[in-house]
Amino acid sequence: MTNGWIDIKNTDMMLIMGGNPAENHPCGFKWAIEAKIHRNAKTIVVDPRLTRTAANADQYVQIRAGSDIAFLGGVIRYAIENNRIAKDYLVNYTNASFIIKDGFKLPEDGLYSGFDAEKKTYDKKTWNYEEGGDLTGKPVTASPAGKPAPPPAPGAPPPPALLPGKVAYDLSLQHPRCVFQLLKQQYSRYTPEIVERITGISQDQFLKAADLFTSIRKDGDMKKVATIIYAVGWTQHSFGTQIIRTAAMLQLLMGNVGRAGGGVNALRGHSNIQGATDMAGIFDILPGYLKMPNPADTDLAAFLKRTTPTPSKPDPWESFNYWSNTSKFTVSLLKAFYGAAATKENDFAFNYLPKIDRNYSWVNLWNDMYEGKVKGLFAFGMNGVMIGPDSNKNIDALKKADWLAVCEIYPDETSEFWRAPGITADDQKKINTTVYRLPGAGFAEKDGTFVNSARWLQWKNVAVPPPGQARLDQEILATIFLKVRDLYKKDGGKFPDPIVNTSWAYTTPYNPSLPEVAKEINGKALADLTDPKTNVTIKAGQQLPGFAWLKDDGTTLSGNWLYCGSWTEAGAMMQRRGTEDPSGLGIYPNWGWSWPANRRVLYNRASCDIDGKPWDPSRRQVWWDEAKQSWVGNDVPDFKVDSAPKDHMGPFIMNPEGIGRLFVPLGPMNDGPFPEFYEPIESPIANILHPNQSSNPVVKKYKTDMDKYAPVGGDYNIICTTYRLTEHYHYWTKNNPMNVELVPEPFVEVPFELAERMSIKGGEKIKVSSIRATYIAKAMVTRRIRPMKIDGKETFQIGIPIHWGFRGIAEDEGKTAKTLTNQLTPTVIDPNAYTPEFKGFLVKIEKV
Amino acid sequence: MEFSRRTFIKGTVLGGAGFSALGFDLTPLHAQTQGLKISRASETRSTCPYCAVSCGIIIYTLGDKAKNAIPQVVHVEGDPDHPINRGTLCPKGSSLEQDILNERRLLKPQVRRPGGTDWEDISWDQAYDELAHWVKKTRDATFVEQDAQGRTVNRCEGIAFTGGCTDTNEFNYLAVKSMRSLGVCYLENQARV
Amino acid sequence: MADRKTLQADQISGHSGASPGLGMQRDLEVCKLIDTTTCIGCKACEVACVEWNDMPFQPTTFDNTYQTMPKTNWNFWNLIKFNEHQNADGTIQWLMRKDQCMHCADPGCLHACPADGAIVKYANGIVDFNQENCIGCEYCVSGCPFDIPRFNPMTKKVYKCTLCSDRVGQGLEPACIKACPTGCLKFGSKEDMSFIANERANQLRENFGFQNAGVYDPQSVGGTHVIYVLHDATDPERYGGLPKNPTIPWSYTVWKWLFKPVLGTFALFGFLGVLAHYVTSGPRMAQPEPPTKEETHG
Repeated sequence: MTNGWIDIKNTDMMLIMGGNPAENHPCGFKWAIEAKIHRNAKTIVVDPRLTRTAANADQYVQIRAGSDIAFLGGVIRYAIENNRIAKDYLVNYTNASFIIKDGFKLPEDGLYSGFDAEKKTYDKKTWNYEEGGDLTGKPVTASPAGKPAPPPAPGAPPPPALLPGKVAYDLSLQHPRCVFQLLKQQYSRYTPEIVERITGISQDQFLKAADLFTSIRKDGDMKKVATIIYAVGWTQHSFGTQIIRTAAMLQLLMGNVGRAGGGVNALRGHSNIQGATDMAGIFDILPGYLKMPNPADTDLAAFLKRTTPTPSKPDPWESFNYWSNTSKFTVSLLKAFYGAAATKENDFAFNYLPKIDRNYSWVNLWNDMYEGKVKGLFAFGMNGVMIGPDSNKNIDALKKADWLAVCEIYPDETSEFWRAPGITADDQKKINTTVYRLPGAGFAEKDGTFVNSARWLQWKNVAVPPPGQARLDQEILATIFLKVRDLYKKDGGKFPDPIVNTSWAYTTPYNPSLPEVAKEINGKALADLTDPKTNVTIKAGQQLPGFAWLKDDGTTLSGNWLYCGSWTEAGAMMQRRGTEDPSGLGIYPNWGWSWPANRRVLYNRASCDIDGKPWDPSRRQVWWDEAKQSWVGNDVPDFKVDSAPKDHMGPFIMNPEGIGRLFVPLGPMNDGPFPEFYEPIESPIANILHPNQSSNPVVKKYKTDMDKYAPVGGDYNIICTTYRLTEHYHYWTKNNPMNVELVPEPFVEVPFELAERMSIKGGEKIKVSSIRATYIAKAMVTRRIRPMKIDGKETFQIGIPIHWGFRGIAEDEGKTAKTLTNQLTPTVIDPNAYTPEFKGFLVKIEKV
Repeated sequence: MEFSRRTFIKGTVLGGAGFSALGFDLTPLHAQTQGLKISRASETRSTCPYCAVSCGIIIYTLGDKAKNAIPQVVHVEGDPDHPINRGTLCPKGSSLEQDILNERRLLKPQVRRPGGTDWEDISWDQAYDELAHWVKKTRDATFVEQDAQGRTVNRCEGIAFTGGCTDTNEFNYLAVKSMRSLGVCYLENQARV
Repeated sequence: MADRKTLQADQISGHSGASPGLGMQRDLEVCKLIDTTTCIGCKACEVACVEWNDMPFQPTTFDNTYQTMPKTNWNFWNLIKFNEHQNADGTIQWLMRKDQCMHCADPGCLHACPADGAIVKYANGIVDFNQENCIGCEYCVSGCPFDIPRFNPMTKKVYKCTLCSDRVGQGLEPACIKACPTGCLKFGSKEDMSFIANERANQLRENFGFQNAGVYDPQSVGGTHVIYVLHDATDPERYGGLPKNPTIPWSYTVWKWLFKPVLGTFALFGFLGVLAHYVTSGPRMAQPEPPTKEETHG
């Protein structure tokens, strides 16, 4: 979340889409209700199903699963056409005025410029800013030719394209190649009529929703603010990142980012996946969102050169470019990982880290295990068979592994894959995987930190000891690692250096104390440090008060720069319990600790106008104090505090431009600098915008014998979406008798009209089949999902909650068919975030 | 079976009143509550392990933390001080007592051997030793020191690690530190999906 | 500490004469407010109730609805009722209403109950069952206009929501109130709750287009200590059968008026109560069945 849970109470308008917070985040949703009651805030819910969130909406709009970009693109068009945009914000805080290179092409045919059809990737060199100066009011001429780049030496890879230091710009936003004009052109195709054909939302309904949402910017008024709230309903698509980008662009256009009650708010679904992301529990990053080294980073300097951005902006403007500190964060991390073994002379042991140049993400992990490449798997609280996609493929993959170690608190499907339904005792004898099932500790048995969706670090305390022989997860992990280390010390082996040199100097190394680890994550001084400006000195061995103290010379250590400040000499900031909220904005500055630097709303400089005055004086977050020559406020300014407004430093300090990106240049996005609507990999119709490029051009289908995808116009013509219920939590509460009492059995939500046509009655068992597998559960016949007209053709959607497997209370009592929802889902991923497409695939249904 | 903790003290004689003119009286009749089950229980502040609202909860355990009292959860309720949930909980958070105290919990290490059709018990030490050998064997067999172009890559390609959604920051840090030191590339988490 | 008053009795079932000690102490009239327009049907209240009262779990069966079970049970005292209501324009309104004891000012269950002290209405408005004194006759069941009390065939006693009289007696809010994520449940004085409810109904009429929004606090039972805000107060039936004009069967009010004064003399209240009801109402034709598995599962 750019903002936070409580901050939702400050909003005037909510668009809830791709999320179902009333069901999946009920206690966070209270702040939406507070906004309704105390501000008369309005809610628009766009969802394939009339959910419990929708039941509380002022307007509910039923959308076809996976057509979100068409809807949001339509709203962008509406906002521009009706001048419901924040002009000053747009010009000064976004790249609307930046000129894009000549040769850049919009995807009228479904493809941006630079597509390589063979590799299914883009050469992004035209996705860049034009170098130059102020073109405001100047006649538009052809692009300056510039010096042609020298041809690369034969065989050598071309040098990576870089952002220009000085960007050409047109503050009047009239230049045909300025971002604003390109954006306008891009979404001019998303007319209400097109939106209706793609999404199934009638033009009336669409226009009503677009009008309501953008009504906060009527007549140029900047006081009101709208928020967009989403969850995995947006991420779990083969274009998920681009849906979220569309939302971010809409919020930038309307000037809603950085403001109390605004923002783009991802509601993360689990207690510590925000923390797991921050801590780089995923393949492509290092802690604190540092990039993973690749093989071309032959030394630390090369890595830092590649990963440290340089400012790219209109010449008169300033850019903080906070990632310019990458070297400090990186070296401090290496010191935390490798301690005394990380020296200046050995590049701080940079080569201990693996160097990656391909995708090792979740779906590839299972795919590569299926292909026999991954031989051993640790699963610490992660039920990969249930999570899927294509659970059957994951089960078959595990059959090919040598070993599997599962640390869990309940019997789960992953540890029992070898006796999944359909695998006979004879089959089991042919499965050679050794499986260890290690009883771990539940949440109440462990201390440590969770990070919530609002980036708050909160410490929890131990209430009870683990039952039976169960052990703490950290003890299990540490013991295995130290035993491996002993083996390498004793017997040698492949490249033992990082293993034997990893810093593991905990008081009880086989069971590290988590406060000790938390202090290491925060970081400490390894030599006496003095700040020349203030003359403050931090002695060697002391905890660092914040990441501004980190150094790249090996004199500081920090396991995650973003968390630097969370456990200082003053104590554990994430354990604080201050309940005061002086501003009344729900900031609670003394409760827990929020990254970065305890600021609660990101980019909060954008809550002020160009002169540093809040857009809305009744919701003052930060502001420029002329007397103090400093940014001050109720929240911690997310900005260089002494940068005066006249310096025109951009509020989006983590971007090298300092501004919010309507257009994403070069690297970050793999499928286009603007979002374009593509059909899901399985879709009932071809893309009506460009039938020859129906789905996301850079998305790759998998090629094993298990990977099948239903074609357009085949037998599979019902759209299926998967979801969670408020009464259950993933694959966990199926072991909880209370939650099982609330919703005892799996079911499938089927539209009344479809059920009638097929003579299916509520409570009757039905079989749902995708091209990959079948799923059996009772039908919930409902009028909360209506038939839709997609491109004029009647189309049905159904929904399946994901919570049941083959081990659980109901399962063990024989009350379910023991099929898994994710046996149905396809192996295909978003090309940017690598999240699988769990929503919007094709099925057919029949009575059992 | 005791279905209610409330004890109705009838005929509590206060102020000397006993029988009325018409017979047995209940003067003055009060529902004397027995005292809350949580009134002397120990309170532990924690965080709900389900969604990322991260509601504050209070875990009530039997006993006053004296050495001989083995803490057992008797109730879980929202933490009213917590700024986000302010004491509220959803149907999952409200049932956390049943998660902490659950007869389906795994209580001992087990192993399923190749070709096996059931679980076998295994000691922790044995499980650790075997796993350490598996890790070394797999790593040594699949480690890639250099890529085709001769560049150092130091990748352990045969081992994957997947972390769950309730792993703490500190656990995750130890996991990343140890796994990256082994050269693990397939390092993934619920955060991805 | 036990000498301090906890809850003061106001009316006592099967009891002759006025409630002893009545009027000797001030008491606050409490009330639960249920705003159905901000209820998200999450069932936190259901769980909080079961957990606080340590009630045993029971098997349930899927019945084409999100509703946990068809109606409340002896071990399930509050239940969200889910209704898909089709509006005149064809749109669907998904209504959710928490169903439980309404804690009537004029409680039909108490009027019907012949057992001395089995049902007590406290001065704070809570209507509470005391199973120690319950004789299992189930008259309270037929006396209740909201179909709430439930018989437990094992103990042969009747149970229902106590409005957490144990918690309230100790100065706490009821468990369901505390849990409610959206704050659609509120607890406080009847005066405050009525005020907040009417304000909310006003807001719904003026800002959210619900012309018929209003407060449900039926005077036919003297008002209730559980009140609702409804999007459409003209049609409470659509919220899972909330009666428009809940009334107590006349026989219960009459027999009480006729026979109550002599009850104490004979101290045969249990038997007489049964007899009195038989005389006025005849044998009960629609005897509520003990909840069987099938019925519970719906």
